Amino acid sequence: MAGVRALGASLSGSDTIILSLFIFPSLFLARTHVNYEVKGDVAVVRINDPTSKVNTLSVQMQTEMAEVMNEVWANNAVQSAVLISSKPGCFIAGADINMIQACNNAEEVTKLSQEGQKMFEKIEKSPKPIVAAINGSCLGGGLEVGLPSAFDMMLTGRNIRADKAKKMGLVDQLVDPLGPGLKSPEERTIDYLEEVAIEYAKGIVNKKIPLRKEKGTMQSKLCYYIMSFELVRNQIYKTVHGKVMKQSKGLYPAPLKIIECVKTGVEQGPTAGYLAESQNFGQLAKTPESAALIGLYHGQVACKKNRFGTPQREVKTLAILGAGLMGAGIAQVTVDKGVHTVLKDTTLTGLSRGEQQVYKGLNDKTKKKNITSFQRDSILSNLTGQLDYSGFENADMVIEAVFEDINIKHAVIKEVEAVVSPHCIFASNTSALPIKDIAAASKRPDKVIGMHYFSPVDKMQLLEIITTEQTSKDTTASAVAVGLKQGKVIIVVGDGPGFYTTRCLAPMLAEAVRVLQEGTDPKKLDALTTGFGFPVGAATLADEVGIDVAAHVAEDLGKAFGSRFGGGNVEVLKTMVDLGFKGRKSGKGCYVYQPGLKVKEVNPEIGEILEKYKMTPNPAVSSDSDVQYRLVSRFVNEAVLCLQEGILNGPLEGDIGAVFGLGFPPCLGGPFRFVDTLGADKLVEKMRRFEAVYGNQFTPCQLLLDHAKDSSKKFHK
Amino acid sequence: WNLNVQTKSKKTLARPGVKNIVLVEGVRTPFLLSGTTYADLMPHDLARAALQGLLHRTGLPKDAVDYIIYGTVIQEVKTSNVAREAALGAGFSDKIPAHTVTMACISSNQAMTSAVGLIAAGQCDAVVAGGVEFMSDVPIRHSRKMRKTMLSLNKAKTLGQRLSLIGSIRLAHLSPELPAVAEFSTAETMGHSADRLAAAFGVSRVEQDEFALRSHTLAKKAQDAGLLQDVISFKVPGRDIVSKDNGIRPSSMEQMGKLKAAFVKPHGTVTAANSSFLTDGASAVLVMSEEKALAMGYKPKAYLRDFVYVSQDPKDQLLLGPTYGTPKVLERAGLSMSDIDVFEFHEAFAGQIMANLKAMDSDWFGQTYLGRKSKVGTPPMEKFNLWGGSLSLGHPFGATGCRLVTTVAHRLQKEGGQYGLVAACAAGGQGHAMVIEAYPQ
Repeated sequence: MAGVRALGASLSGSDTIILSLFIFPSLFLARTHVNYEVKGDVAVVRINDPTSKVNTLSVQMQTEMAEVMNEVWANNAVQSAVLISSKPGCFIAGADINMIQACNNAEEVTKLSQEGQKMFEKIEKSPKPIVAAINGSCLGGGLEVGLPSAFDMMLTGRNIRADKAKKMGLVDQLVDPLGPGLKSPEERTIDYLEEVAIEYAKGIVNKKIPLRKEKGTMQSKLCYYIMSFELVRNQIYKTVHGKVMKQSKGLYPAPLKIIECVKTGVEQGPTAGYLAESQNFGQLAKTPESAALIGLYHGQVACKKNRFGTPQREVKTLAILGAGLMGAGIAQVTVDKGVHTVLKDTTLTGLSRGEQQVYKGLNDKTKKKNITSFQRDSILSNLTGQLDYSGFENADMVIEAVFEDINIKHAVIKEVEAVVSPHCIFASNTSALPIKDIAAASKRPDKVIGMHYFSPVDKMQLLEIITTEQTSKDTTASAVAVGLKQGKVIIVVGDGPGFYTTRCLAPMLAEAVRVLQEGTDPKKLDALTTGFGFPVGAATLADEVGIDVAAHVAEDLGKAFGSRFGGGNVEVLKTMVDLGFKGRKSGKGCYVYQPGLKVKEVNPEIGEILEKYKMTPNPAVSSDSDVQYRLVSRFVNEAVLCLQEGILNGPLEGDIGAVFGLGFPPCLGGPFRFVDTLGADKLVEKMRRFEAVYGNQFTPCQLLLDHAKDSSKKFHK
Repeated sequence: WNLNVQTKSKKTLARPGVKNIVLVEGVRTPFLLSGTTYADLMPHDLARAALQGLLHRTGLPKDAVDYIIYGTVIQEVKTSNVAREAALGAGFSDKIPAHTVTMACISSNQAMTSAVGLIAAGQCDAVVAGGVEFMSDVPIRHSRKMRKTMLSLNKAKTLGQRLSLIGSIRLAHLSPELPAVAEFSTAETMGHSADRLAAAFGVSRVEQDEFALRSHTLAKKAQDAGLLQDVISFKVPGRDIVSKDNGIRPSSMEQMGKLKAAFVKPHGTVTAANSSFLTDGASAVLVMSEEKALAMGYKPKAYLRDFVYVSQDPKDQLLLGPTYGTPKVLERAGLSMSDIDVFEFHEAFAGQIMANLKAMDSDWFGQTYLGRKSKVGTPPMEKFNLWGGSLSLGHPFGATGCRLVTTVAHRLQKEGGQYGLVAACAAGGQGHAMVIEAYPQ
């Protein structure tokens, strides 16, 4: 069954792409993606998509692969084959998304999928042994996998480290990457991998290497035995199904379909399994969820580029003011990128806590064996913790993450400008204060910019960069360059209260407070929001953001935008803050947080507060679905308004910002795609109904109305 | 006649205003496979034997040196300053200070060059340097958890506290910590790194086996011809007198070819037969200013001239010290490769030597990694490690450096050459190279 052996070279962290210097003898043929040469009696089949940095299973790749393999099988001089990529760090990254997008309907995708299956099946059943020499990212297709672990990998699309893949039995042998020798490490490693793979292929033909080790451990025997009972198998399907439902709330169709395919394959044989797989794949590829996720993929790729060009100076020293959660978080994502990072706080306790956070982040990576303890230490040597401004003259950029108070921000910007050199950029990590107000205290407003990170900084991918009219293009380019170095997905937005993300979130949170005041339990509120696809429920989100921050933002933006940002009573939040319920960080918020306890209970003391500010729900707009739409429509309307007002550069960045920064349901693809998919008219209709009850908080903005009037208007073409 | 009549770039490396420092004598205990005749000793016993051998051979009065320095790698915790323990035991005056240095496989090189430094600075006139390694017994520790419990137990005041601490001991506490010949920074064993290095330079298994065979064959020849005069006899307490290295085993290519890869399994090329083996042994040299040596009536063996230490990436260039050190020390001395009559390179692994030779022979490597216009050039094999090397004679980590320098001095005398070069790699990605000039005979 398994004609394929896999060798893997772990090349973690190597993203250098070197153009292949191989000259193929078969270059005379018209093939561009797959070629082979015969070394001794081993055919070395090399995969290389000349048009891309990575190899994908495009139509051309599949066609040429089939051609080459047919020639290899037909060639009597060939006893075995080695399958290898000429690209350092990439074997086959997966199916070609563009190819799937180019299909007009599910049937076409199904057909494509069947072509691919046929090829893999042929390779699997190859009469001549094939060694797959994998260097870098690889799609698991065609590899025989053990059932229990296969479930896990297929479902989550996890990236697996080479050593783990070996343990899981996905690959048979690991080849360590080489250092410099007579060629560059990347080139030599590929050559070496090929040499070892050829020896393996010969070894298999000579029967020196058994085709597959039947370990026959008690565990695996037991596993097979148990799996032979239908009852046990059903129990496994059920368990996995339950797990998937719990994680995806049934909003993502793919994992369930995968279980279905595996089930069909196991119960009814491989042919039925393959058919189910290709048909389901075809259907899935053309679902709105697929369109949403593909859209996000393209958006993310776009937001990983610096459209402002290369900055004049590279930031080599970055100073961060304030060693709180955010400041230390920014340090965490900076220090391991080879940037000298200065973390400044005003108190020793604050600094110590911040430095510990950075250490812990790296130490956790060490524990997970992503980095060695030595790498941890050498990364940390780039971090300087201090209480004064010494050495700030060497800073190329200062990011302040101090308390959200305009007066403090002004004091800080003056202190910084007194010590830094003229080229130094001042960035503010504020979540709501307009940057131009902060820049008002600056002598060099062209060097002032907003860099809004999301908590926890090391986990949240988004960075919202805010430019004022005075911010220079080079300052923006530099901020984007730093963000990209930190591994962030970046949106660049215009200045204004709450910018884009906070401005979208505030009305939704205001609505959430109203929902609570109307007597909905925080747990129910969370269930409603996660049920809509938000990864974190609204009440939990408020606790994570911090009730004090939420109160602050609600008040500030309420002043700036007036009654449109009303709904819930800000006093609810303020009372909570007064009682010390500041959310997770203080141990109590909507919920009570106890260290070590995963299950959180609703904070019993907020009942009194909500009782005090109780509102009577209107049954006409209080069904579960209505509550969900009340929350989401305010979010979406504000997002569209941001586009209308020019805060946003385009709907793409709007979607990316909402999904990656605020957890807008990824299966919906972001507020703009959501409007496109649902139909602006339908959304407006709902909003009008809510407007009748609550007033202008639900008045659709002009741009949304325009889209509602003309159904041909779409945010995404 | 004399092969070395060709003209040298320089007549001598003596420089005005710079003290001439000489190697008066160098000795070593026989190097034995660990776990053999030395098995029941302690490291300082071996070092003591080397020191006594040196005293015996030179007739040096026991208070005539100013300082004693020893190099070692795996330290016996009871004798962490092994230099002092060995010196006292060897009968040196207790007024002579002694310290121990560690720099992996170039520890005794560091001991020697520290001695050179002390003499050059005018602080000392005569220094004994040496090195010792004892792999028959290595410190195996309790686990960190267990150590922590035991230390807390020391501080426990009440029986209850003690009992609760003892009760907290789990099976996991009992698994011991073994020392490994692995880089701390990368956690990679040296053999594994050597295999990757050999692969990076395309060194084949056959090339490695051939070089290892050459080392054993030459060592056997040298041993049989009585050329290894630095070896002293050592009466091991409770055992026989040992007077020969016991790791020299010339085999056949066929026999060696049968071995399986030892580190990178199964496709690696480094095997037990083409690697240096775990060895017990000690060495000692007497280093003096030329004036002092002559005043004491000694006939020095050689001048110790320029030396360099180099270091590079401990992961991918762990064992490339000789490639980096050789051109650097030659440049310092103002010599070229062709001026050197005797080469003694430390053979950690046959693959490592071959990789270094290939690196030195590569224009690409010279340009890309050494910042040179072209390649370093390779030492001619007819001048290279002619009396065997670490692969065959053995490699007691801390002691090898003195053996290399003494061997160069002896070979210069025997072969009539003028300049010799020592080069060695060491864990941590470090390396050492030294130029030695023959003392006029």
